[in-house]
Amino acid sequence: METNDDLTARGALRPAPENFLTPSQIAEVSKGRRDFLRAAFAAAGAVAAAPAALAQGAGDPDILEPLPWATSLGKPVAALPYGQPSRYERGLQRRQSPGLTQTDAASVSFTPLQGTFGIVTPSGLHFERHHQGWYDIDPRRHRFMINGGAPGMIRTPKVFTLDDIMRLPSVSRFHFIECGANTGMEWGNAAVPTVQYTHGMLACSEFTGVPLRVLLEECGADFAKGKFVLAEGADGSSMTRTIPIDSVLSGEVLVAYGQNGEMLRPENGYPLRLVVPGVQGVSWVKWLRRCELGDKPYGTKDETIHYVDLLPDGTHRQYTSIQEVKSVITTPSGGQKLLARGFYTISGLAWSGRGRIRRVDVSTDGGRNWVQAQLQGPVMAKCLTRFSAPWVWRGETALLQARATDETGHVQPTYGRMREVRGTRSIYHNNSIQTWRVAASGEVDNVQVL
Amino acid sequence: MSKFFSALLALLIAGGAYAQERFPGIGRPATRAEVQAWDIDVRPDFQGLPRGKGTVAQGEEIWEAKCASCHGTFGEANHTFSPIVGGTTARDMETGRVANLRRQDYPQRTTFMKAPSVATLYDYIRRAMPWTNPKSLSDDEVYAVLAYMLNLADIVPAEFELNERTIRDVQNRMPNRNGMTTDHAMWPGRGFGTERNKPDTRGPACMTDCRLEARIASSLPDHARNAHGNLLLQNRVIGPVRGVPTAPGDFDFDDAETGPMLLARESGCLACHGVAQKIVGPGFAEVALRYRNQDVAEALAGRVRQGAQGVWGNVPMPPQPDLKDDEIRALVGWILAGAPEK
Repeated sequence: METNDDLTARGALRPAPENFLTPSQIAEVSKGRRDFLRAAFAAAGAVAAAPAALAQGAGDPDILEPLPWATSLGKPVAALPYGQPSRYERGLQRRQSPGLTQTDAASVSFTPLQGTFGIVTPSGLHFERHHQGWYDIDPRRHRFMINGGAPGMIRTPKVFTLDDIMRLPSVSRFHFIECGANTGMEWGNAAVPTVQYTHGMLACSEFTGVPLRVLLEECGADFAKGKFVLAEGADGSSMTRTIPIDSVLSGEVLVAYGQNGEMLRPENGYPLRLVVPGVQGVSWVKWLRRCELGDKPYGTKDETIHYVDLLPDGTHRQYTSIQEVKSVITTPSGGQKLLARGFYTISGLAWSGRGRIRRVDVSTDGGRNWVQAQLQGPVMAKCLTRFSAPWVWRGETALLQARATDETGHVQPTYGRMREVRGTRSIYHNNSIQTWRVAASGEVDNVQVL
Repeated sequence: MSKFFSALLALLIAGGAYAQERFPGIGRPATRAEVQAWDIDVRPDFQGLPRGKGTVAQGEEIWEAKCASCHGTFGEANHTFSPIVGGTTARDMETGRVANLRRQDYPQRTTFMKAPSVATLYDYIRRAMPWTNPKSLSDDEVYAVLAYMLNLADIVPAEFELNERTIRDVQNRMPNRNGMTTDHAMWPGRGFGTERNKPDTRGPACMTDCRLEARIASSLPDHARNAHGNLLLQNRVIGPVRGVPTAPGDFDFDDAETGPMLLARESGCLACHGVAQKIVGPGFAEVALRYRNQDVAEALAGRVRQGAQGVWGNVPMPPQPDLKDDEIRALVGWILAGAPEK
């Protein structure tokens, strides 16, 4: 049995000896030349009693040698008028899943959850789902109309410009948006390698806008007659979805123009999109041009042919909207490799379309035993919540899982439970517990535990 | 009463009903024509359906010209989108339930296997098709195309005319018209009478010894391991983990700055010259603009080598004795080309 001290010591061994070698020395080592390495160790050993003295003979060249950024003039202000991430971050990009769709204009790109921190998704990494391509719409020519599906539903159908909408009192709120088909490729079996592809149709932003209820009231909406709202986009597909009236009346549905302090990105609906907290992304209609108040649901294409959940008996569930309680570990996750044994922070995201996350539990043995994770504040309703749990990896095979519980008491289900009820042929609303297998080599891959 | 207040009062009276609104001056009434132009939705109960008509034969012509390239001549193609036609039977049209949806092994779910309402098809074709030119079909053309699709699916005969009346009969033959349910817990609040429904799946809250063993039921097949490219390149170069290399190749961070750009930085040019804008000396783009289409490369090379003053202002540019002639030529050529990044 190893003690914690031993483990810490082993973990601390990780940087050595590479950190005492220059890149060219490391290259020599990787070519198999280890003779000079022994000499380097001998030199280091000679001064082992005084580690600080290592720097006299051998040390980190990134400390000992002058570095370009410390010895030359940097770039001027506004060299990049709209800033960009470091070039060293280019691994983290939105990516498509090859073969998922046949045409890029009706497709998906996934958020690289394996590399994001906290709860906010950088707007440039927000996943995309377009039904008929995206446009960068001239906001001066964009109009938002409210009308009634039948006489008396809306007293005065109205047209609003962005000028109008942006003059109104606004609210800014943090919410997650998740595509109903997120994790859809995993219904039958483990199918894709990383959390970007298993869970990356997920993002979280601060949205700024006006409650749809305010605009409906401004038009004289009759909420005694109106039971459903149709939302419609201005793009080629003029995508339509039926919006729940109770979500509208609660004031949480927003006609939004702002995202993370700037305007919405074109790919996310610039200049206007609907925000329907807790509800799947398809209902957050982008390039929003019209809302209609009606007395019946609208049975649109994306409520009848797509975004319907196939059950084992051949029935489809229609108007499945709430994104139920779900979580996933993002570090470490599939397609990654742990650097060495020792201390790690298991970190991930939890969310629920029914409200706040109450707790998250983490297992390293495939769900046999669990420990409660820490939740990072603020914990907000219908918003991503970051959780973490300390973990010392001793080099054993591990099965990492997270399990979230929301404020309604709903606990995230296992794959086994999910398939008993909903089978394996659905596409939508898979909120099963994800498992990442850590091999003895430190490599992490995607597996399913029922 | 002051002029101001009487003017305001006149405004309020003229505004009539709008005077009651919370936000005067925000929004304006939509005209009838505006509402008609945008309110094109057709509900499953046919509310919003325009009058019109089209035959199967007319639809076939439009289909061949505007639809078949993506959907196939018979609506069967899957190379661009999921197939529209297939998988339904005469028996399904009687029951309103598509039997193949119960089969675990049935390979594809076509549009007609799922669509419960024919009005939805009309609505969607009118608003979103053809793919690259949506909303270009007339109401009659939409009827015709839909008639042809219904014929492909054996729901209507070849001589059929679809119009705002016959479409109601078609609804009673839609193969999956009884295949939908709203009896679940995933609609927020009222609307379908389901607000008391409880979630149908629920995980265990157990904390210790919850199961005897964790059996792996599925893992990523080997062939899928690198189907998403090199995972090394989809992670950071720092932090607790690295991406697993699943294909050849490594990060190349130097590609943003190579050749003349790198030379310009290392030679100190960029300390005084921006690429686009003036810093102390002119921006490279300004230089390129001034000397556009002029044969000045040799003259500029001389100024770089020996230094210059007065052309762009009084701050002198120092001589650059350390630069080799071919380096200077490369730099000048690059600057005159607008200093491209690569």
